[in-house]
Amino acid sequence: MSAIAPGGAEGFLHRHEGLKDHLPGANLPWLVALRADAAASFRAQGLPTRRVEAWHYTDLRPLAQAGFDAPLSAVDAAVALPAARAEQRVVFVDGRHRADLSSFAAASIGHWLPELQGRIAAPAEPMAALNSMFFEDGLFLTIAEGQDAGTLELLHVVQAADRPAAVHPRHIIRLEKGARLALLETSIGPTDKRYLHNPVWQVEVAEGASFTHVRLQQEGAQGFQLSTVYASVAAGGTYDNFTLNSGGRLVRNEIHATLSGPGATCHMNGAQLLGDGQHADTTTFLDHAAPDCASRQTYKTVLKGKSRGVFQGKILVRQAAQRTDGYQMNQALLLSSDAEMDSKPQLEIYADDVKCSHGATVGELDADQLFYLRARGIPEAEARTMLVRAFLEAALEGVENPILHTALEGAIEAWWVRHT
Amino acid sequence: MLRIQGLTAEVDGKQILKGIDLEVPTGEVHAIMGPNGSGKSTLSYVLAGRDGYVVTGGTATFNGVDLLALEPEARAAAGVFLAFQYPVELPGVGNANFLRTALNAVRRGRGESELDAMQFLKLARARMKELNMPEDMLKRGVNVGFSGGEKKRNEVLQMALLAPQLAILDETDSGLDIDALKIASDGVNALRGPNFSALVITHYQRLLTYIVPDRVHVLMGGRIVRSGGKELALELEASGYGAAQAA
Amino acid sequence: MAAVTETIETVQAATEGTYKWGFETDIEMDFAPKGLNEGIVRFISAKKNEPAWLLEWRLKAFAHWQTMTEPTWPSVHYPKIDFQDAFYYAAPKQGPKSLDEVDPELLKTYAKLGIPLKEQAFLAGVEGAGESAADARMPIAVDAVFDSVSVATSYKERLAKDGIIFCAISEAVHTHPELVQQYLGTVVPTGDNFYAALNSAVFTDGSFVYIPKGVRCPMELSTYFRINAKSTGQFERTLIIADEGSTVSYLEGCTAPMRDENQLHAAVVELVALDDASIKYSTVQNWYPGDAEGKGGIYNFVTKRAQCRGKRSKVSWTQVETGSAITWKYPSCVLLGEDSVGEFYSVAITNNYQQADTGTKMIHVGARTKSTIVSKGISAGHGQNTYRGLVRVAPTAKGARNFTQCDSLLIGDQCGAHTVPYIENRCLTAKLEHEATTSRIAEDQLFYCRQRGLTQEEAVGMIVNGFCREVLKELPMEFAVEAQKLLQISLEGSVG
Repeated sequence: MSAIAPGGAEGFLHRHEGLKDHLPGANLPWLVALRADAAASFRAQGLPTRRVEAWHYTDLRPLAQAGFDAPLSAVDAAVALPAARAEQRVVFVDGRHRADLSSFAAASIGHWLPELQGRIAAPAEPMAALNSMFFEDGLFLTIAEGQDAGTLELLHVVQAADRPAAVHPRHIIRLEKGARLALLETSIGPTDKRYLHNPVWQVEVAEGASFTHVRLQQEGAQGFQLSTVYASVAAGGTYDNFTLNSGGRLVRNEIHATLSGPGATCHMNGAQLLGDGQHADTTTFLDHAAPDCASRQTYKTVLKGKSRGVFQGKILVRQAAQRTDGYQMNQALLLSSDAEMDSKPQLEIYADDVKCSHGATVGELDADQLFYLRARGIPEAEARTMLVRAFLEAALEGVENPILHTALEGAIEAWWVRHT
Repeated sequence: MLRIQGLTAEVDGKQILKGIDLEVPTGEVHAIMGPNGSGKSTLSYVLAGRDGYVVTGGTATFNGVDLLALEPEARAAAGVFLAFQYPVELPGVGNANFLRTALNAVRRGRGESELDAMQFLKLARARMKELNMPEDMLKRGVNVGFSGGEKKRNEVLQMALLAPQLAILDETDSGLDIDALKIASDGVNALRGPNFSALVITHYQRLLTYIVPDRVHVLMGGRIVRSGGKELALELEASGYGAAQAA
Repeated sequence: MAAVTETIETVQAATEGTYKWGFETDIEMDFAPKGLNEGIVRFISAKKNEPAWLLEWRLKAFAHWQTMTEPTWPSVHYPKIDFQDAFYYAAPKQGPKSLDEVDPELLKTYAKLGIPLKEQAFLAGVEGAGESAADARMPIAVDAVFDSVSVATSYKERLAKDGIIFCAISEAVHTHPELVQQYLGTVVPTGDNFYAALNSAVFTDGSFVYIPKGVRCPMELSTYFRINAKSTGQFERTLIIADEGSTVSYLEGCTAPMRDENQLHAAVVELVALDDASIKYSTVQNWYPGDAEGKGGIYNFVTKRAQCRGKRSKVSWTQVETGSAITWKYPSCVLLGEDSVGEFYSVAITNNYQQADTGTKMIHVGARTKSTIVSKGISAGHGQNTYRGLVRVAPTAKGARNFTQCDSLLIGDQCGAHTVPYIENRCLTAKLEHEATTSRIAEDQLFYCRQRGLTQEEAVGMIVNGFCREVLKELPMEFAVEAQKLLQISLEGSVG
């Protein structure tokens, strides 16, 4: 990739050179090496262009042009926070843990860094490599064997800054045998500033453990969020991910989940609610590596104004993964003649005793349904709202935790009100 | 009083209604019978205001209000209820939520207060019991996974709740077994009174033994070709529609 | 296919799981020197005595090809092809002037394939079958392409009565230059892709069909392709034009001898349908697939595309792909005319070490255009089978509809089945639906059949035929019977 615009890959690499001696862990040889390898990998790949198959529908040129820099906010800057949604909340500002704003004493990556050799992964994907180059902090959480940690909230806030800032938190969660956790992650930022939030999640679910991970992406209108989740689920474990993309200008939610032990389960659901000028991409990669695992995916995209939605979802069933049950559905509802939806569901199957299917639909609101509601006296605007809400229902119904469900409902309602 | 004069309408550029004249005085139940393709369903959709059913001439008023000028929901608020021949499935829309939203929309239109969830449930349960409908139908998506009979009963339930002044029943009898037919008819008959009128569209005479009409009209080729008392239905059953036109 | 019954009998009589068409024919051949350069392109053009415009066209394509690289995105793997290590022109030494002059060896070849090149031979074949049978069976006009050259076309005169042109494309260049020049390369441009560019530079023959306005072609048209010579690439080019209000059904079949080395087949097929015209294009592809260890077999890298230019025009592709070591093929429809319709029905089988990456593109441009895609992939042995498809709806395609169904069946745990659809919609009022499933033959289905007395292989064949039914029913009837038998043979040895 020689033809990368200055301020793009070159800019990130240049800033990495300037920053690397000042980043946390600059005295840890293993971490210095990890960051250097990541930089080399990122240099080799560059910022992905549409010629890279995994980025066929999402163009990162706007990112290349933005000239992001490290955030400037002081470590104790005052921040206006939204009301907490769960009793226990941990707050990150500009990618850094803020114990003073958090209501429970979570560990953070920055604090434990010297102990984390071998625990920080170095994934090959270009945005994850970028994260490895720059991360400073993130949530570091281990739920002990058999423990039910209840519902936690993680709030990530990007502070307003005069120059475009890029923050790259790295969150590492491990649930030991039989442990349980529900986590609500909310990302917000200034409405009028350009910034990049590039989180990477490393999730490990041990035997019989269960992790429900609900992500509300509500970045500011000029914000970029490119997030990558790596989850590995051991025998009998469950990983549930629900991601709502309703904010941001250019957003990508990339999930790599590996079902590595027999009987593991993964649910990946989500909704993308898009308005004028927004581009949102959900890309999932589900790796069935063990027998008797099940996966379910339901993604819904609603498009208004001049917006573009992308869904790419691949289910890989390895030869050993006999008796796999894999299902994926992605549906898009167009509410504007300027909107565009691209989807690429994919199956790659090497085991024969499997049940795998995917489906995709794109269309506008059903005229018969709309008429039926109106014929019952429901005004058109209300009828449309009901049908859009109903369209999202199949993705939402998997989220049973009441706190998480309420948060999701609220976010959807807020989006709809803002866009009608 | 429903008054239709010289009503013509087309669908996809093809003229289906070729001049309908019809009056249904308040308090009366009229039946419209006719062979397939005669325009029966088109008439019901035109009265309810479905897109794609283009009125090319004539008028239709209900209690003096020009129905054709109103949006579908305004017609519903004005008291017009269409029981669909093919009720639409609404996956993701809970039946209870749907019924309450519709009921409150219509009540708002009539200047009545809205019902809260408890008041609504009480009312809905009572009506469902009368219609012999299991309560879990409230929790399911509207018409989703309903059998043909259940869908039709759901239409009758909605009619009972919305308490319209004019009900248009589009082949409500199709797909019903005899018990369901009787329940549906009871639902309609319960609403009969001095302020209720109905237009019962049917292909067969069978329904009219349960919902006895005041008048029977024969619709063929987009026109009302004959009108008479309830005995006309029996005559049609015996001699067929061909004879009706010749007469 | 004419005398399909004969072919079927050959098939039925055949023994366990071997390729039935693997004989080679000893005929004196005329070769161009091995390798590919501008000189070869000029040589081919000169051999065909082509007009200057066509030579220019070829040279332009060749120049373009030299700047291109082989596509690497398909899910197929093979050693790098040495394009200098093949013959690009091979023809029977003495070009036949009429069927009577055709080398008897060649006639025997086609007789073995069950394809009568002599019209009377076909008629004689049905005489004994009684009058009713003769009435029921329409004659089929055949264009036979042996290596790179069209050797015979039957029923030309009968078709000419209706103004239908059915001949070798090399002949059409001389007899109907205006039609060829008007349409050649307009659906698949010379630089469309690596293999299309190669084909444009070196194509030697193929079929040409023109159906005049308002004519319903009175019989099935068919081309039978056979690669015979060693180390020869086959690069045929087919062009079918259905003028306003016309209808045609076209069948294509292909076989090759068994050889240890891989041979390249890179064809281009262009279809043009004008207002209210309808083209049905059916293929039973049975190139030599290589042996059970994956040695030899044809590389089938084919570009097939149709343009529905006219209002209410329709193109329907049906393919049964049982042969070739590697298949790379995406018969597509560009739906330009309002209310035009594109269809793609496909069965692809990969057994042993076969690899197939096949599917379609449906490009919706005109209003109310409709497309249907039904793809059935069957993987057995070490076979790898990929469906790759694109449905693209432009903002102009108001009210467009697409329905796609992709089903994969796996037989054994060493094979792979993959589905890669691309769905791109930029039109509010379009409605697109895509469904894909993957499954295997259920134990209880097999047991049920076997309990009723079927062998394991019969049971599999029956279940596979059921799985493919939606596609097979789109084939002209005689072709469908042949296709069913082929499916069964292709899967022999895959179970048990």
